[in-house]
Amino acid sequence: MSFIEIKNLWQRFGEQVVFEQLNARVERGEFVTIVGASGCGKTSFLNVLLGTQRPSRGRVLVAGQPLRDEPDAERGVVFQRYSVFPHLTVVQNVLIAREFEGSPLLGRLFGARRRRALAEVAELLQAVGLAEAANKYPCELSGGMQQRLAIAKALIKKPKILLLDEPFGALDPGIRADMHALLSALWREHRLTIFMVTHDLKEAFQLGSRLWVFDKIRRDRHSPEAYGAHITYDIPIDRNSNALRRGAQQTAVAQRRKYEAVPTAAGR
Amino acid sequence: MAALATAAAIQAIAMKKLINYTPSAWARVCLGLLPFAVLLAAYIVASDIRLAQNPSDKLLPSIGSMLAAVDRMALQPSRRSGEYLLWVDTASSLSRLALGVGISAAIALVVGVLNGAVPLLRANLSPLVRAISLVPPMAILPILFIVMGLGEGAKVSLIVIGITPFLIRDLQSRTLEIPAEQKIKAQTLGASSWQLIVRILLPQLLPRLIGSVRLSLGSAWLFLIAAEAIASTEGLGYRIFLVRRYLAMDVILPYVLWITWLAFVIDWMLDRCSRRLYPWFYR
Ligand SMILES: Nc1ncnc2c1ncn2[C@@H]1O[C@H](COP(=O)(O)OP(=O)(O)OP(=O)(O)O)[C@@H](O)[C@H]1O
Ligand SMILES: [Mg+2]
Repeated sequence: MSFIEIKNLWQRFGEQVVFEQLNARVERGEFVTIVGASGCGKTSFLNVLLGTQRPSRGRVLVAGQPLRDEPDAERGVVFQRYSVFPHLTVVQNVLIAREFEGSPLLGRLFGARRRRALAEVAELLQAVGLAEAANKYPCELSGGMQQRLAIAKALIKKPKILLLDEPFGALDPGIRADMHALLSALWREHRLTIFMVTHDLKEAFQLGSRLWVFDKIRRDRHSPEAYGAHITYDIPIDRNSNALRRGAQQTAVAQRRKYEAVPTAAGR
Repeated sequence: MAALATAAAIQAIAMKKLINYTPSAWARVCLGLLPFAVLLAAYIVASDIRLAQNPSDKLLPSIGSMLAAVDRMALQPSRRSGEYLLWVDTASSLSRLALGVGISAAIALVVGVLNGAVPLLRANLSPLVRAISLVPPMAILPILFIVMGLGEGAKVSLIVIGITPFLIRDLQSRTLEIPAEQKIKAQTLGASSWQLIVRILLPQLLPRLIGSVRLSLGSAWLFLIAAEAIASTEGLGYRIFLVRRYLAMDVILPYVLWITWLAFVIDWMLDRCSRRLYPWFYR
């Protein structure tokens, strides 16, 4: 049994089929990067995994259990924007996760428990390079710092599954490289299972241990909405070896041949 | 050559669009004060002309007679009660206003946030709030007087009834404006519904509440003065309507200026408080 099993997942909004017949198994500790054309349903797919959107058909099992249909602490998330709370300082933004679990009524910690939690938060902020900015509000941070804060927040709960929707889209190349290094290190250290949507193919190959390409394999010229996206390529990436990466690209070519052999609907 | 350059420069200046001329800080102050000075001068001239024709004219009293009225109302004890009327009026009006606005703000914060945060409650309460907000408050003033008598209760209630629906609806939409991502994010950090409300939504709504209260203060004054005009024994609105019988413009005009000044100061203080308490909101 795989850690995550995606079984015949469909998503439809009215007449529009966003994705269809998604089938996949993902093991614990895999880093799946997802690329695909804009509007092909990548965010929708993450929303299904997050539990904020109910799939039209099919289901997702996590460790053999059906996915809970509301967000919970098992699944961390970093959105492209709005992942930090504007009214809390950097420290408070991370600390609040501990306060939620330690104080059901007030949502605040005091005394020794607060000090212990603060020490843990300080360590995490050090790891993401935000120790200096600990007492600033998010509006006083640069875009890259805000995204690092969002990642620190997502990591403090040590979620089994981490969902990232274009988390580095708005960052400049230098900070982006720093963030890549940070994320890779944290992924290895905590053995997270990560799904990351990106528009940057290079980033997808660099970071992931497996790359998914979302695309339509069936098209109907007369009603473009009739068919949804599939996982058209599922490419394993060995992050330690470029030779193997090249191998992966060959697999991609092989897979493409396989998909192109599939009989397609009218108008291809 | 030089002429050409000058012409070009003039044209460059002339080319700049009107919307791009920004006055310096000093110029802004002067430009801002100018209309006030013009109004004051116009009043003085008009008052002089009328008083020259008819020294007992009451409509546009001279600055001097208004100052005398202020002295009488604010600095001398009243002959009848021994009270300093302006201050008594101010104290009772302000306490009614504070009580009414305070109660409204408290109700609005609770109902508005719950409505915004809990879809089940919103489905339940939102139509009711909407219906109540359409009732013209002045139309139910007689009902308030009948039910609550002519005491403080009716006056404070009028303010509450007048501004609470607006505040609730405003706060409800402000709550809904908070990005869904934040609510999802809080849940992935383990927040319960209650924790989400008290730690994420409420704190973010406090500065917005102050903003809505500032907007509603104009109406609050309106309802206060209306209620005082009809049934009261002291208060700024009561006094204005009382001396109206004697056409005492020399009292009414300073009272109006005083009320305007109070409204301005309250608004300014709320703004300052909000900026001091919620610095993250203003960037
Ligand atoms: N709640 C919704 N109701 C109706 N249609 C929706 C909804 N959410 C998404 N869609 C539609 O589903 C399609 C896929 O949207 P989605 O946001 O998943 O795309 P995406 O792959 O993330 O695109 P991008 O790369 O631009 O972020 C879009 O055509 C969008 O219009
Ligand atoms: Mg998207």
